[in-house]
Amino acid sequence: MSAPASNAGYDEWLDALADGEGYALACPDGHGSLPPRRVCPECGSATLTEEPLAETGTVETYSVVHVAGPRFADDAPYVNAVADFGPVRLTGVLRGVSPDVDGVDVGDGVAVGVEERATDGEPLVVFRPAGGE
Amino acid sequence: MTDARVAGVGLTRFGSHPDRTGRDLFATAALRAFEDAGVPREDVEELNYGNFMGALAEHQGHQAPLMAEAAGLNCPATRYEEACASAGVAVREAVRTVRAGDADVVVAGGMERMTNLPTDEVTEGLAIAADDLFEVRAGVTFPGAYALMASAYFDAYGGSRRDLAHVAAKNHENALPNEYAQYRREVSVEEALDAPPVAEPLHLYDACPITDGASALVIVSEEYAADHDVDAPVAVTGTGQGTDRMALADREHLARTPAADDAADAAYADAGIGPDDVDVAEVHDCFTIAEVLALESLGFFDPGEGIGAARDGVTTADGDLPVNLSGGLKAKGHPVGATGGSQIAELTRLLRGDHPNSGHVGDAEVGVAHNAGGTVASAVVHVLEVAK
Repeated sequence: MSAPASNAGYDEWLDALADGEGYALACPDGHGSLPPRRVCPECGSATLTEEPLAETGTVETYSVVHVAGPRFADDAPYVNAVADFGPVRLTGVLRGVSPDVDGVDVGDGVAVGVEERATDGEPLVVFRPAGGE
Repeated sequence: MTDARVAGVGLTRFGSHPDRTGRDLFATAALRAFEDAGVPREDVEELNYGNFMGALAEHQGHQAPLMAEAAGLNCPATRYEEACASAGVAVREAVRTVRAGDADVVVAGGMERMTNLPTDEVTEGLAIAADDLFEVRAGVTFPGAYALMASAYFDAYGGSRRDLAHVAAKNHENALPNEYAQYRREVSVEEALDAPPVAEPLHLYDACPITDGASALVIVSEEYAADHDVDAPVAVTGTGQGTDRMALADREHLARTPAADDAADAAYADAGIGPDDVDVAEVHDCFTIAEVLALESLGFFDPGEGIGAARDGVTTADGDLPVNLSGGLKAKGHPVGATGGSQIAELTRLLRGDHPNSGHVGDAEVGVAHNAGGTVASAVVHVLEVAK
C-alpha cells in the first residue's frame, strides 16, 4: 500500500521533531494539539501557536507488540508507548530498552526524536530513555 | 413517536468462510431475517448496511446497492462506516428512521469479509481505524492500542492478566451452545494465561478472532407490526451514540471510554431506564479489557471496579448480570461491519426466549447492546425491551 507523497503540516512537524525542535500547537486556553489544525479540537479556538515540547516526556502507558503489520514486520517485537510531553502526549516506539513488559515502567522519562523504521527505513517517532546516549 | 420493533433477525455462522463473497454472506443473513420476521421483501423501504474494510478485503467500494441487490431489495440503500461500530450506527439510523415515521420497514445489519486476507494484511487493515499519521505510523496496531489501554488501566486501578483471562474463559463458555459462534470450545483461565503474546499485556486469548460473517435485522414500526400481524415482541426503546478524540493519546484518560459513557447516558435517557434496570448485556469485547471498559461506561461498575466482574461471577451466565451470553466478539467472532447488528440479533433471541442461552435469563425484560469503533472514538448503545 503506497502512502501519500506528502502531508502538509504533519511533514513539517516530523522534520522539526527530527531536528530536535519538536512542537505542539496550543490555543490561548492552553489546550495542546498536533498539526495540521485549523481549530483547537477542545474549544474551537482558531488562535493556535507553536509551543516547544518538554525536553523530557513521561511514559503514561506502553505495550510490547509481537504481532505487527507489514510495515513493522522487521521491527517486532517493539515497545509502543504513549508519553506526556507537556501540551500533548505523543505516541511512538520506545527503543533502547528490552522489548518485554519488565523493560519499561509507567513514569519512566524519555526523550523523543525521529529514527528509521527497521522494516522499510521510513521515518518513525522514537522515544529513548532520558539521559541516555 | 412510534415504537421501533425488531421483527426478525438473521445471521450467518461466524467463522472462516474464505471462499464466500461478501454479497453471498449478506444475502444469507438477510434472507434468514426476512424468514424470521415474516415480512415480505417488497415491504422493505430502506437498507442500512454496515461495512468497514470491504475496499481492502474485496476491492469493493459502493457496497450498499450491491447488498440490496443480493438480498433482493430495490430501495434506497446506504453504507454506514464507523469502524467496528458500523452496524451499530446502521441499526441506530434504522430506529431513528422508523421512529420519525419516514419508513415502516427498514433492514439494518452489516457484513465483513476478512479471512481471505493474510493475517498481516488484516492487521494493517484493522489499524486504519486508528489515526494514520500519529498512531499507525508510530507502530500502533489494533491489539496494540487496546494493550496500551490495558496497561493504563492496570497502572491506574490495579488488576491483572488473570482477571482478563476470566473474561475470555467466560465468553468461550457462553459460546459453546451458540450455533452461530466461531469458537465453540472451552478455554480455561490457565490456557488463556499461557497463550502467546500478541501485544503485551494482551495475549492470544485476550483477542477476538478474525472472522467472516453477516447480520441483518428487520426493524418495523409498532403500527406495521399490528396491521400486518407480525410478531415483534422486542422493542428498541433506547438509542445513543458518542464520539471521542480519534487518537488514544489525545484522550483525557487512557483507561476510560467517555464516548461509550455518552452513548449509554443517551440510550438510558431515551428508554427512561438506568443501569440497575438491565437484565442482560452484549458488549464490545474485541479484547478482554474492552469488556471491562464497557461495563464501566454502561454504569454497571464505577471506573476501576469492573476488572473483577467475570472473576467474581457477576457477569457469568448464572451471575446477577450475564454479559455476552452469545460468546461475545471474543468467542462468537468479530466480522467488524456485522458485529453491531449481531449483538442486537443475539439480545433479541435472548429476550424472546429462543436463544440456546435464554434459560440463563428466563425473566429478562431489558437488554443493552454496546458497540464500539476503534479505541472507542465511536460508540453506540441500544436498549431493547420486551414490549409490554
